[in-house]
Amino acid sequence: MSAIAGELSGLRSHRAAQAKSFALLFVLCLPALVPLAAVLTAMLTPETEIWAHLARHVLPGVLGNTLVLVVGVSLATAVLGTGLAWLTATCDFPARRFFEWALLLPLAVPSYVLAFIAVGFLDYAGPLQSWLREVFGSSSWVPPIRSTGGVICVLTLSLYPYVYLLARSAFLTQGRRAQEAARTLGMSAFKAFWRVVLPLARPWIVAGTALVAMETLADFGAVSVFNYDTFTTAIYRAWFGMFSIDAALELAAVLLAFVLVVFVLERRSRAKLRFTTTRDVSHRAPRVELRGGRAFAAAAVAALIFALGFLLPLLQLAVWAITRARMDFDARYVGFLWHSLLLASSAALIIAAASLVVAYMERRHSSLALRTLVRGATMGYAIPGTVLAVGILVPIIGLNNLLQDLLARWFGDAAPSVLLQSTLLTVLLAYFARFLAVGFNPIESGLNRITPRIDEAAMSLGVGGVGLLRRVHAPLLRTSLVSAAILVFVDVMKEMPITLIARPFGWDTLAVRVFEMTSEGEWERAALPALVIVLVGLIPAALLTRRGEHVA
Amino acid sequence: MLSRTFPLLARFASVLGVALAFLVGCGRGTDELVIYSSRNEQLIKPMFDRYTAETGQAIRFVTDDAGPLIERLAAEGKNSPADVLITVDAGQLWQAAERGLLQPIESSIIAANIPEHLRDPQSRWFGLSVRARTIVYSTERVQPDELSTYEALADERWRGRLCLRTSKSVYNQSLVAMMIAAHGEERTEEIVRGWVANLATEPFANDTRLMEAIVAGQCDVGIVNTYYYGRLLREKPDLPIKLFWAHLGEKGVHVNVSGAGVTAAARHRAAAQKFIEWLTQPEAQAMFAGVNLEYPASPNVEPDPFVASWGTFEANLLNVAQAGELQATAVRLMDRAGFR
Repeated sequence: MSAIAGELSGLRSHRAAQAKSFALLFVLCLPALVPLAAVLTAMLTPETEIWAHLARHVLPGVLGNTLVLVVGVSLATAVLGTGLAWLTATCDFPARRFFEWALLLPLAVPSYVLAFIAVGFLDYAGPLQSWLREVFGSSSWVPPIRSTGGVICVLTLSLYPYVYLLARSAFLTQGRRAQEAARTLGMSAFKAFWRVVLPLARPWIVAGTALVAMETLADFGAVSVFNYDTFTTAIYRAWFGMFSIDAALELAAVLLAFVLVVFVLERRSRAKLRFTTTRDVSHRAPRVELRGGRAFAAAAVAALIFALGFLLPLLQLAVWAITRARMDFDARYVGFLWHSLLLASSAALIIAAASLVVAYMERRHSSLALRTLVRGATMGYAIPGTVLAVGILVPIIGLNNLLQDLLARWFGDAAPSVLLQSTLLTVLLAYFARFLAVGFNPIESGLNRITPRIDEAAMSLGVGGVGLLRRVHAPLLRTSLVSAAILVFVDVMKEMPITLIARPFGWDTLAVRVFEMTSEGEWERAALPALVIVLVGLIPAALLTRRGEHVA
Repeated sequence: MLSRTFPLLARFASVLGVALAFLVGCGRGTDELVIYSSRNEQLIKPMFDRYTAETGQAIRFVTDDAGPLIERLAAEGKNSPADVLITVDAGQLWQAAERGLLQPIESSIIAANIPEHLRDPQSRWFGLSVRARTIVYSTERVQPDELSTYEALADERWRGRLCLRTSKSVYNQSLVAMMIAAHGEERTEEIVRGWVANLATEPFANDTRLMEAIVAGQCDVGIVNTYYYGRLLREKPDLPIKLFWAHLGEKGVHVNVSGAGVTAAARHRAAAQKFIEWLTQPEAQAMFAGVNLEYPASPNVEPDPFVASWGTFEANLLNVAQAGELQATAVRLMDRAGFR
């Protein structure tokens, strides 16, 4: 009798703990859930008339385009990112140490910038085809850059570092040893990679590819340079062209439903798998020494990707920036730089810390409700930037209006005026809503490497809760935490819509500068702030790879 | 565990709160004029600086695309700190007025300076500079006497020779909207279908790329805003392309405006009106248009000499408000016609 009662009370306290953690997570994730709710509630008042038009003339084409783009970019980044990560993490070839961090750098080049440069250079009127026509008389055999293939190439070059970074940390923590073990069992290097190393790195590859897929879905800048119609361009067209933000929000809701289905399918497919290490992660197996043709091929591929994704765009930006610098470069750049750095680093810290808490709570008190909550909170990355920015700003303005009315009631005409909507706090909250997935994905997959037995051991020694997180998990998660922080940092440096709408008066950043120039098509003048964004992005990329190698 | 987590979070939040409290903006209690502008900083700040220098009126502003700015204005309602909304297209002003976000201003100064077709019939917004959208052609492959109207570019003789910018561009949306105003939907759809059939290549993302394609020989004619032509010409003075002053409907070049209106919630209504009045006066007009190679809205002010060197034109006199009224219709029409 008392045994049953004990069990019941145990169950009850377990339930209570679950309920508590759900409540805590709900509060923590609230900023990320608000825009989601804004998007979903738009479904309640359907714009049926616009929908009839969209369904007939817009959606068929746009759905096909979006699907092709997302699948194409996801596959290509998964292959490229994983391949390069495997090469640099487990093999040795000429200049490997340089490529280790250099291959991360394309992340710092905003994809709209890469798109603009690629189209400018490779289109019919660009220097390459003009030269070909001059020499050979025709350039008609060159495949058109403004095509599905062109967009996929550019987005792949710009986004593969997400996969590269995460896959690399998986290989560093497990790959070489697993490969070594497989080889001692008589597998060829190729077979060992395919059968052992790759499956063990799956959560990391999936986490990185998921970020790529979400960013591709939400991308507006790069696809507009190609005039490639996607769901996101249709959303903006409904909003800005047809003046219907409701129709835009409804389209965004459909987009989210699509993302959710993919998430759920992926989760299910690996629900039963575990990816923990069995031994001390700092143990290091030797690298595979590549020789001769293979070594050359490895270095050549790495060099090609580095050149296309980073070096050439950087050179083009530098040329433009130098020719226009006298028009724009002045003391204000110190302010732009400082503002960008402050926002990016605070967002990186806040989001990495919050992601750690969220991922940890999900691990400790996993329940369907809690997983759904976390899934929802990380969806912001797939919502087109301007939609998300307005989705979070409008509720904050609502709050501000309430506050203002209260103040007016209390103080009458002497009431101070508040303007929550243009504060850094709002900017950071909105970043949180947008970039939670970017921090959460690396950390969640990092936690996969830590066996629950470590938790049990720690608990038996009386270390639990925050202590467990801080003293046991955080040190083991250093690589993942740093990856998360860096990805968020670089993403915030490039972010425009949130910064634009919620920044305090006069608080311009480098990305705002890029917007000012490009909004009237002055791309060459935008090169200077874009170049600074890229250069600042170098710093964390360099820091990160040093770190990663040390820790692992 | 929770009892330990909450204070941690609370401490974290309070530190953050204190740090950010310093940066919380305050909107009232000052005489500063607050402006939301989708005309970008380098084109609008010189005006603010000059006005402040002349009158002592302090100005604060924020720039963004018109879409988000209008949503923000709508959500802020009567608490909005904004006094003036500035946009780069009449459609957005029309929409803001339609949603009750702008208030009518009776001003004899503005009425005298800005022609009727460039301002709201209900005086809620006013065009400040004219953005002319016209035909550009290759001087090597096209004789100007082959050209006449925008509509004629649908003619079969231009098969495979026409370049267009994407229909996502608000400037094309307002051009087609004005064609609907002149010809009705059915006729306009025929014309747009004709354009699409004549395209030499996929529509371009911007006017500059379009003109470069004509220079490179990918196509022979296109439709662009004149200031993009001006920018390109300033860089390469021997450009083998020229502007042709096209006609829309009965006659005249299609024009859009960059303009402004006083917000419904304005706390500094009089100051806002004074500022817009100042913007319509000759000196400011020359500067406002000149900084971006546009045309002054006021007919009494000469355009920049460089701009004037492209020749003079007659503007189409349909009220630019129609661009907003018919924009959604135009977008749908272009969807139907397969104009991407």
